[in-house]
Amino acid sequence: MTDLLTPVLTADWGTDRAWTLQEYRKTGGYDALKKALAMAPADVVELVKESGLRGRGGAGFPTGMKWSFIPQDNPKPKYLVVNADESEPGTCKDIPFMMATPHTLIEGVIIAAHAINAKQAFIYVRGEVLHVIRRLRAACREAYEAGYLGQDILGSGISIDLVIHAGAGAYICGEETALLDSLEGRRGQPRLRPPFPAVEGLYASPTVINNVESIASVPSIVRGGHEWFASMGTEKSKGYVIYSLSGHVKRPGQYEAPLGITLRQLIDLGGGMREGSELKFWTPGGSSTPLLTAEHLDMPLDYESVGAAGSMLGTRALQIFDQTTSVVRCVLRWTEFYKHESCGKCTPCREGTWWLVQTLQRLDAGQGREGDIELLVDLCENILGRSFCALGDGATSPITSAIKHFREEFEAGMHTPSSELFPPAASTLFGQEVTA
Amino acid sequence: MTLSDVTLSELSELAGRYPQARSALLPMLHLIQSAEGHVTNEGVEVCARILGISAAEVSGVATFYTMYKRRPMGEHHVGVCTNTLCAVMGGDLIFERLKGHLDVGNDETTEDGQVTLEHIECNAACDFAPVMTVNWEFFDNQTPESAVELVDKLRAGEMVQATRGATITSWRAAERVIAGFEDGLVDEGPTAAGASLAGLEIAKERGWAAPAYGASSGSDGTAETKEGAAEQADTSRAETETIIEESPAQTSKEDSDD
Repeated sequence: MTDLLTPVLTADWGTDRAWTLQEYRKTGGYDALKKALAMAPADVVELVKESGLRGRGGAGFPTGMKWSFIPQDNPKPKYLVVNADESEPGTCKDIPFMMATPHTLIEGVIIAAHAINAKQAFIYVRGEVLHVIRRLRAACREAYEAGYLGQDILGSGISIDLVIHAGAGAYICGEETALLDSLEGRRGQPRLRPPFPAVEGLYASPTVINNVESIASVPSIVRGGHEWFASMGTEKSKGYVIYSLSGHVKRPGQYEAPLGITLRQLIDLGGGMREGSELKFWTPGGSSTPLLTAEHLDMPLDYESVGAAGSMLGTRALQIFDQTTSVVRCVLRWTEFYKHESCGKCTPCREGTWWLVQTLQRLDAGQGREGDIELLVDLCENILGRSFCALGDGATSPITSAIKHFREEFEAGMHTPSSELFPPAASTLFGQEVTA
Repeated sequence: MTLSDVTLSELSELAGRYPQARSALLPMLHLIQSAEGHVTNEGVEVCARILGISAAEVSGVATFYTMYKRRPMGEHHVGVCTNTLCAVMGGDLIFERLKGHLDVGNDETTEDGQVTLEHIECNAACDFAPVMTVNWEFFDNQTPESAVELVDKLRAGEMVQATRGATITSWRAAERVIAGFEDGLVDEGPTAAGASLAGLEIAKERGWAAPAYGASSGSDGTAETKEGAAEQADTSRAETETIIEESPAQTSKEDSDD
């Protein structure tokens, strides 16, 4: 039986200067790289397959299997791209991770690139995180200076280059094919699949795209072995992950635990909800995952259980809202976000999110019209599954789930503004002090 | 303004960092902003010339991403997160207070040219809500009062340090780092702080840890086939795409969003 919390990726976050190569080496940094470079690439892929590691960026696709889809007989160069464009509302794990221990990610990048026979890797980090970009660039430079990157790494004959690439502000670039277009210097718009990136990705060459946390988990798997990794978590959701708790709780923050911990356990660890708060609704994995309520407090937070409850584990971005919060106001704000971030490529998403905002604005202002709720549901049905990429699908999640759980609040939007039903000041961190 | 020879050579240097030069366009536009204060027409033309593409193609990119500004910016960019969680936790009130205090609207610059105010989307620091940024550095757990104090200091030219980050320089200096050039401030600020450490501190208090390397047990429930993998992936899109991929007309292999 493992402990309730199992810091691996976060274990050194309390260490002074953990971002430097010097500190990273003190805890065995780059030992996994030496071990992996002595292994055949296919054996590294097999190890990660056996560990059961699944993508930590949202979809939960098995990482080792993704790597094995790279056609090694394809004569084109292979590429590894790390998706560090963390932008899903509520998601806040990769950014503190890269600020604290960027070398863990870089070690993972080199091992993963070796596994898929890539000579060039990229970390695509969102542009709006200056200090994280500083730490990544410095770590990359240090890794080159130490001979972990570049030609003939540690005398292995293997050569891998890494570019730290900063984006420029676009949520859609977290979608893997939009990220590739962006990395090619274009507008970040998703591509039609197939062909899939494993066959024609960056520069139409075989490409693996993995989330930061997925790649960062690899060095520990190489060091500990697949059985060590699988000794944490559940039967089908193996290993440890970072859970990000935010909102109306006493102690928001990052909690690293085996997959399968419950929300009640996480909230209790930090001392419960904030004073006077009752849980009203929450997102399990960011705003694109359908809202859940207090009835789901004891559900294991693993891929299968959250899926069975009609939502998705997503990025484990647990945004917690209490009884002072208007669900209509929240859903409007999320929808405004999707409208702003829609890339405009496909009609259902571009036009649909615009109409959703119009309708939700009325309901939020207490000026909803007869049939507006049905209109929202109808719009969502015409976006879900009909948009070009998952952004459109995600835009419908908060709306349909909120109507399912809190229909009466939308009905109240026919006559009463949300700000009257739920005065916003009561929801704030600083409480009543500013309302006087 | 005319771009200096130094900037021109740095733009070319960025283009040389990639297997295909056009990949450097986003960094190049960040560097243009650093040198010029915004994406200028001249900057667009120069990027197009270096990359051998049309100015229209460069403009198409420059207008797609919100970090690129087509109007002159203030000395500092001040962002207030008004995405849902931060908004609820107080971001909306902070943004309203700052608009009034600075007498500007969204995406506008104060008369003294010191501060451009913008409401921003989720910046991945939700456990520190409500969050603000100055030149894309984090200012955690803000209140309307602390926000006013912060912008007043910036306008007075006083030294300001990010909550988790370095001493504030300027928006243009920040854009240079984002473009791809280090500024020597990497060692300022903590490894992590505050909410980031919540779980780690609790684990330490209770003596909890991950199993030691080498320990092992457990059965293997990993998918062995692509169909099984698609079932394990928790989006219907992943399944759909696997089905598409399995159709006779297709020979490619891949999966879902990660």
